[in-house]
Amino acid sequence: MLQGLPLSIKTACKEMRAGLGGFRIFIACLALGVAAIAGVGSLSDAIEAGIAKDARQLLGGDVALRLLHRPATDVQKAYMSRTAAVSEVVEMRAMARALEGHNRTLVELKAVDDPYPLVGSIDLQGGGELKAKLARQGNSWGAVAERNLLTKLGLEIGDPLRIGEATFRVKGIIGKEPDRVASVLSFGPRLMVSSASLEETELVQPGSQIRFRYRAVLPDGVTSEEWIERIKEEFPKAGWRIRALDQAAPGLQRFIDRVTMFLSFVGLTTLLVGGVGVSNAVGSYLDGKVRTIAVLKCLGAPSALIFRTYFLQILMLAGGGIFIGLLFGGLLPAAAAWALQGRLPVDIQVGVFPVPLIVAALFGFLIAFTFALWPLARARAIPAASLFRDKIAPSNLKPGWGYIVLTLMGAGMLSALTIVTSTDSRFAFWFVVGALISMILLRISASGLRQFAKRIHKSKWTELRLAVANLHRPGASTNSVVLSLGLGLSVLVAITLIESNLSRQVNARLPTMAPAFFFIDIQPHQVASFDKTLAGFDGTGEYRRVASLRGRIVKIAGEPVEEVSIAPGSQWAVRGDRALTYAATPSDGTRIVAGEWWPENYIGPPRISLDANLARGFGVGIGDTLTLNILGREIQAEIGSLRDIDWRSIRFDFAIIFAPGALENAPHSHIAAIQAPKRLEEGIEDAVATKFNNISIIRVREALQAASNILAGIGTAVRATSGVTILAGTLVLAGAIAAGRRRRVYDAVVFKVLGATRATVLKAFLLEYGLLGAATGVIAALIGSITAWAVVALLMDMRWGYDPLAVLSTIVLCLAVTLAIGFAGTWRALGQKAAPLLRNE
Amino acid sequence: MNSMPATETSVDSVSDSKADQLAVLLENVQLTLTSEAGDVNILRGIDLEVGQGEAIGIVGPSGGGKSTMMMVIAGLERVSSGTVETAGVELNPLSEDDLALFRRENVGIVFQNFHLIPTMTALENVAVPLEFAGHASTDEICAQAQKQLEAVGLGHRLTHYPGQLSGGEQQRVALARAYASEPKILLADEPTGNLDGETGKVVMDLLFDLHDRAGTTLLLISHDPALAERCDRVVTLADGQIVGDRRTGE
Repeated sequence: MLQGLPLSIKTACKEMRAGLGGFRIFIACLALGVAAIAGVGSLSDAIEAGIAKDARQLLGGDVALRLLHRPATDVQKAYMSRTAAVSEVVEMRAMARALEGHNRTLVELKAVDDPYPLVGSIDLQGGGELKAKLARQGNSWGAVAERNLLTKLGLEIGDPLRIGEATFRVKGIIGKEPDRVASVLSFGPRLMVSSASLEETELVQPGSQIRFRYRAVLPDGVTSEEWIERIKEEFPKAGWRIRALDQAAPGLQRFIDRVTMFLSFVGLTTLLVGGVGVSNAVGSYLDGKVRTIAVLKCLGAPSALIFRTYFLQILMLAGGGIFIGLLFGGLLPAAAAWALQGRLPVDIQVGVFPVPLIVAALFGFLIAFTFALWPLARARAIPAASLFRDKIAPSNLKPGWGYIVLTLMGAGMLSALTIVTSTDSRFAFWFVVGALISMILLRISASGLRQFAKRIHKSKWTELRLAVANLHRPGASTNSVVLSLGLGLSVLVAITLIESNLSRQVNARLPTMAPAFFFIDIQPHQVASFDKTLAGFDGTGEYRRVASLRGRIVKIAGEPVEEVSIAPGSQWAVRGDRALTYAATPSDGTRIVAGEWWPENYIGPPRISLDANLARGFGVGIGDTLTLNILGREIQAEIGSLRDIDWRSIRFDFAIIFAPGALENAPHSHIAAIQAPKRLEEGIEDAVATKFNNISIIRVREALQAASNILAGIGTAVRATSGVTILAGTLVLAGAIAAGRRRRVYDAVVFKVLGATRATVLKAFLLEYGLLGAATGVIAALIGSITAWAVVALLMDMRWGYDPLAVLSTIVLCLAVTLAIGFAGTWRALGQKAAPLLRNE
Repeated sequence: MNSMPATETSVDSVSDSKADQLAVLLENVQLTLTSEAGDVNILRGIDLEVGQGEAIGIVGPSGGGKSTMMMVIAGLERVSSGTVETAGVELNPLSEDDLALFRRENVGIVFQNFHLIPTMTALENVAVPLEFAGHASTDEICAQAQKQLEAVGLGHRLTHYPGQLSGGEQQRVALARAYASEPKILLADEPTGNLDGETGKVVMDLLFDLHDRAGTTLLLISHDPALAERCDRVVTLADGQIVGDRRTGE
């Protein structure tokens, strides 16, 4: 292979002197795909570098511990203080009320002690020291809040507000909170108060939904691992969740991983679409080089030299395209840092991240190699004698098996690289399978379309007959357009349908069955009075109130959770604390799928009813046990029944329900929900808020609206991203039309010589592109719909609904794109004067 | 597009001239092309009358203006000045689309380089002008195209693409295509220029045979004096002018 390489390089360089006009699309396709992959990877690394850099700040120290419902014991606190510098932060949801008027809102309350923040500093707009702002002055405590809170309550700086039984005056606006990791769905603005004021609010009740956080800054020489190890040994049953710096923002990290994976797949699809463009460009370029190759072969150039010459040329050009892609992709973190300034909880670290750039370059070269190999091998296979023949002969040439094997190897390496570089190899595997199936389906559809066009050539309308015939003639762009534009559009259809299904779940289906309010932190002693208050409203719907406390699964069938192999879909249940309840009888609509519910007057060892899906994910069944740490106490319970739970319904349901006897005496609170018409909402909120200062009220309509907005935002972002794929498809289409322009001009001239008017020629061309666009749109709609159905019905286990308008608009888009680009590409052909072409030909 | 094509009636109605009995009338035709090197006078005052059913051989050195004159007669090239009437139609006032309609009805052309559509089969190539004429059903068009191909001895090559045919076969397809719409005038520009002697002779025999049978007016450009001698008249062009015009056998 290396023999004769210098000659190949020399010949390749001479060949490139002719210019790279035909390679603009080739370079653009590669650059776009590589830029997408490099950009997504670099941005992800830049954000992760930001998390790593700010890890201590986000975590609030070197190690963070979290307890639910209850604070650490004095012994535990003493131990922590002895071994590290410690700060305690208490977080909960609460209702904030303006003293004057009826304005009230749910807030994310955070009570901080004097050492807070141990790491970093809090930015207060207008300056000032936090400790001083939170201190008590006269009858009221100080507080700082996000500006949003003042707007909601109609307050000014210095105005008072009530939290529970305590009065606070807002003394400052929070600019930046060092340890706040944004959650996707926030229930209200932040209000920060002093720990010392918390008691006065009377919100800290047994069983209240309160998170106690302890942050520790370790002395020099003590590592996080050692400290965590020791505290675990010291308090093995404390039930706290411990995080070190490598898990400073696990939620954010997971979110970024997911988004990165998804966007990488979009980038890969773009590159795959671009691959079709690469193949077209190389094929078209080599078709134009037939005479040169013929001359070279006649002058004694062996096939291997021809292959090497053009392979090197393609490689050099691919290198150029990849370099442009890497340049743009590599610059994305800097652009994002500028555009997203202050919108992310972490600072994006601007820099060059070699790993994603190397991965993107590898993808680019593999795509160029895999897709260019076939046309290159065909050029190699052309016998010198047939080179002077017309354009039909070469298409019948089949390269040897060696090239088929090499092409398959390229595809295999692409698949392997996709799976290896993904954060979720299982998902990546299915992406590869899906992409392969989609491409095969599109290829079969394109062949089907050509066959169909062959059969229906007997139309009475000349232009239509010419148009249909052009779809199946040798050299027709049907295959490449259906494959490239079809792939991009399939992605768009799938995403649009998935999003419309999700939106329908939130917007259309849920409100009919969703309650108007959720109430949390109802204390046991308030239960009767609370029930009575709500019963006083006529016209309300279903009302349900249940006990609620939280606990963490620590053992499954006697094995510590860390040692149990848990299905990915069930890992959420062991990731943190789960809401628990107890009940004597099953609630309406409960579906027991295995075992039996306990007798109403059950007395006996702890027993639970478990979500059937979780049981499958945990690998347990009836008679097995789960051990839960509830408020520091471990309770082992036998699984008595399994339930089928529809988590999409907004109703109270619990993965784990205890039989009576185990939890009644543990400190806990109640939660409630009520359905009510809109006209009663104000009155109900007023009554509850006035009478029960400690109870937090969540307006479901607002929460749903927030969820809906987030969904719509994600949908727009995702659609915009998939637009890159469509752009690649459009590039390929433009490339295919540009490649065929010479033929179009020739056809148009000969048609005109034979008596065709420009209108006839234009109609024939436009009909051809219209038919091609419509057919591609329909094929893409079918494949996209099947993909969306598989994701919605099989993967998400949701009810499938079809949105014909979304699909139709995609087909119309496809039609418009093909017509517009087709028209632009052939317009010049119409104006071509016949004589010069006929004379020169 | 400058304008929509005129109706065929309007094209035919143009014929009100002394040339009612003439197939071609050129009066003081001048054609000047502008290039970077300056103006080039391709045709310099051509006067030519061709009677209906006549066969004219056009000879002369390369660059003398033979092909350009043929383009002018076919309405593929516009003259700078002078009158061009082909098949009784004055071409100068016609739009590009009118000219296409005119050709469809009146003129068949055979080129040296065949100018077949490479992505169409032999049958499809021959069917194209019939399709544009739109006077017949698809089946009739196919039958007519097949008949034409059989007439040139290519009944066994109907589904072959140009690239799969020899040069002689391609030219015979071009011939069949030119005759398919039964034109009043057939223009042939060096039809054997790319063929070997034997194949060229077969093609020319076919050309004259079709001319004799259909009574079509034939204008044949050729470098071969012997071929030109098979025509009724021989016109010699040099340097954009007619320098000789004689009846053969005189």
